[in-house]
Amino acid sequence: MSTEARRHLLGIADLSRVDVERMLDTARALERTLDREMKKLPALRGRLVVNLFYESSTRTLASFELAAKRLSADTMTLRSSGSSVDKGESLRDTALTLGAYDPDVVVVRHPQIGAAKLVASSTDAHVVNAGDGKHQHPTQALLDLFTIREALGRLDGVSVAIVGDVLHSRVARSLVEALRLVGAEPVLVGPPTLLPRGIEEMGCAATTSMDAVADVEVVYVLRMQSERMQPGAAFVPSLREYTALYGVTPERVRPGQVVMHPGPMNRGVEIDPRVADSGASLVTTQVRSGLVVRMAVLYDLLTAPGLHVAAPALEVA
Amino acid sequence: MSLVCRNGRRDSLTIRARLVDSGGGLDVEGTVTIEDGIVTGVEQGHAAPASLVLAPAFVDPHVHLRTPGREDEETIASGTAAAAAGGYCAIVAMPNTEPVVDTASVLQSLRERAREEAIVPTGFTAAISKGQRGEELTEMAELASAGALAFTDDGRPVASARLMRRALAYSAVADRPLALHCEEPTLTRGGHMHEGSVSAELGLGGWPSVAETVMVERDLALAGYEGRPVHLQHLSARGSVDAVRRARLNGVAVSAEASPHHLCATDESIRSLDANLKMNPPLRTEDDRRALVEGLVDGTIDCIGTDHAPHARHEKDVPFEEAPFGVIGLETAFAALHTHLVREGEVALAIVLERMSAGPARALGLPVPRIAVGEPANLVLLDLDAEWTVREDRFRSRSANSWLLGRTLVGAVVKTIADGRVVYDA
Repeated sequence: MSTEARRHLLGIADLSRVDVERMLDTARALERTLDREMKKLPALRGRLVVNLFYESSTRTLASFELAAKRLSADTMTLRSSGSSVDKGESLRDTALTLGAYDPDVVVVRHPQIGAAKLVASSTDAHVVNAGDGKHQHPTQALLDLFTIREALGRLDGVSVAIVGDVLHSRVARSLVEALRLVGAEPVLVGPPTLLPRGIEEMGCAATTSMDAVADVEVVYVLRMQSERMQPGAAFVPSLREYTALYGVTPERVRPGQVVMHPGPMNRGVEIDPRVADSGASLVTTQVRSGLVVRMAVLYDLLTAPGLHVAAPALEVA
Repeated sequence: MSLVCRNGRRDSLTIRARLVDSGGGLDVEGTVTIEDGIVTGVEQGHAAPASLVLAPAFVDPHVHLRTPGREDEETIASGTAAAAAGGYCAIVAMPNTEPVVDTASVLQSLRERAREEAIVPTGFTAAISKGQRGEELTEMAELASAGALAFTDDGRPVASARLMRRALAYSAVADRPLALHCEEPTLTRGGHMHEGSVSAELGLGGWPSVAETVMVERDLALAGYEGRPVHLQHLSARGSVDAVRRARLNGVAVSAEASPHHLCATDESIRSLDANLKMNPPLRTEDDRRALVEGLVDGTIDCIGTDHAPHARHEKDVPFEEAPFGVIGLETAFAALHTHLVREGEVALAIVLERMSAGPARALGLPVPRIAVGEPANLVLLDLDAEWTVREDRFRSRSANSWLLGRTLVGAVVKTIADGRVVYDA
C-alpha cells in the first residue's frame, strides 16, 4: 500500500465538485463500452474487490459485483448470514479478518450509521459505503446525478423535489448533499412526521405541500417502507392516506418533468404504476447508470492520481 | 455517617497556595496546616506559587462504579482511585448494577467491600423501584437504615406518574431525597442523539430535549404536591433549567445537577460518529449548553456531577447506534470545566469550585468540605497552568471511554486530601 492517505467514499462529504465531475465523466466514457460485444476492460486486473453486505440488497450488490468484473477485478462477496457474523463476530473483527486477504476495495452495506467508517479505520483497503443505516449512500447519489445530467444535459441550477419518507432515507441525505455540491436546488416534500426537524440546515427547502412538486424539473420519489406503518411506529395513519396525499400520480406530474426512484418501488403506494412505466420515468436508466457509475468509482479510487484533478482518469478509445 | 472507605493513617502537612473557599468568603494567598488529618492553621498573607489553588475537595453526586456485576469495567478500588486523581473527597455511587442495589443485603455487602477497597469516602444509593423495573417500591426505610444516601432509578426514568407520586410520599419515611433521571421513555425510543439539525443530517434517531423537560415538569409538579425534596440528575436542556428556576420560586425543594460534558460540549461534535460522545441524556445544542452555564452561574444548577459511566472498550468500539450510553468523567471533570468555562471567561473559578463541592454535598446531605480550622482536611490542590493531554493509558479508571481522548486540557489536580488522608499526589 502507498503511504499516502487512502481515499474512501464514505459519504458525499468526501468529494469536491471537481471529483464528482471527474467521476461522472469517467462513467460516461465507460458507458460507451456497454454497447460493445466485448464488454470487459483490463483496467483493474489483479485487484481484489470485497463486497461486505450486512443488509439485503439486489441492485446495489449486483451492480458492484458486475462493475468490478467488467473492470477485470477479482470479487468476493460476504453476507452477514452464513458467515461468522452469525456467530457474533464484531464488525471490527470481521474487517480485520478480511484485511488479511489484502483487498484493494471493500464495499460495505450495513444497517448501522458509521459502519463503513469503522471498517475504513480497520483495514488498509479503500472503503466504499454502499449504505450505512439512514446515513449515507453516496454511489446512489452519484448515479442519480449521472442520470439527471444525461437526461437534462446539466446539473447546475436543476430543481429536484425529493418526495416521501425523508426521515428514514439515506438516499435523500446523500442526494441533498450531492445536489448542493453541484449547484442544483433540492426541495424535500413529505408528511410532517417524516421530515426530520432541522433538515433544512443541510441547505435545502423542506415543505409538507405537494404543490412544490409542480415547480421542479425532477421528481425524485422515495420508497415508503411498510415497516414504518407498524403499530407503535405509525408515522402516518395509513398507507392509503399517505398515497392520497403524497403518491406521485399522473395528475401530479407535469409534461416535461422526469421522475426517478431509487428502487425497489412500491407500485400504487408512493408511485402510481402509470407514472413508473411512463416516458417520464428514468427508473431503468438509473439502474444502468448504477453499473457505470460504480465502475467509475472503483476505477477512480484505485487509479486516479489524486483528489481535485479535473480530467477523467480514463480514456476509452 | 453514610460514607465509607478503608482505614489509614491521617496525614500531617503544610500547603502554601491561593486559598479559595467561596463558602467562607476566602480568596487569599496563604498557608494551610494539617495535623493528623485536621486543619489546624489557616494563615493568610504568605506569597504562594502563582498557579496553585487550594480549595475544598470535590463531591461527585453521580458515579457508576459498576460493582457488583461489571468489575471488568470498574471496581470500587479503581473508581475511587479515579476519584482521588480527579480531586474528589467523596463520591456517590448509583444503584443500577447487576444485581440492582434494591435490598439491604446487597447494600451492606457493597459497603463492606468499600470499607476494604475505597480510597475515597463513598456513599451508596439504592433503587426507587425493585429491580429498577418501575413497578414496586423498594423497602426504603430498611435501605435508609442500612446506609442508602438517596434513592434513584438512574439509568432509566420512573415512567409511571403513579409510582413516582408514591415514591415521593413514601420517601418521607426514609427521610432521604429522591434523585431523578428525567426522561419520557415513549419520546426517546429509538433515539441515539439530540434531535436537531445534526441528527437530521446524520440520520441518527432523535432524542428530543422535550423528552427530558416534560418529565422534569411532571416530577417537579409531583414533588411540590407531595412537599418532598428532589434532586434532578444530569439536566441537559434549556427547558429543564427554566422549569427548575420556576419551581424554586414556587417553593419546591429541588437541587439540580449538570455534567461537565453537557456544560462543555454540543451535538455538533457527534458528526465524528465517535461512540465516546454517546451519552444519556445526549449532548445538546449550543443554546442548551448556554442555558446550563447560565443556570450554573445563577445557582439554578447547584451541582456538577460527572455521571462517570465506564464501558468496556469492545462495547464502545462498534457503530454509534450499537454502542451503550455513557462516558467516564471523574479524572477530567475539573480540567474540562477549567479549560472550557473558566479560561473562556464563561464562569468564575470560585463558582465552578463551589458547584463541584459544597453544592452536591448540600444536595445529598453530606458534610460540606471547608477550609477552616478544626475541620477534617478535605482539600484539593490544583495547578491552573498545568497542561496535559487526555490519554487512554493515563486513566486510573478501568475504562477509557472519555469524550476528551486526545484533547489537551489546562488545569490539573496536584494533590487530593480526603478525610485527612493524602489520597492522590501527582
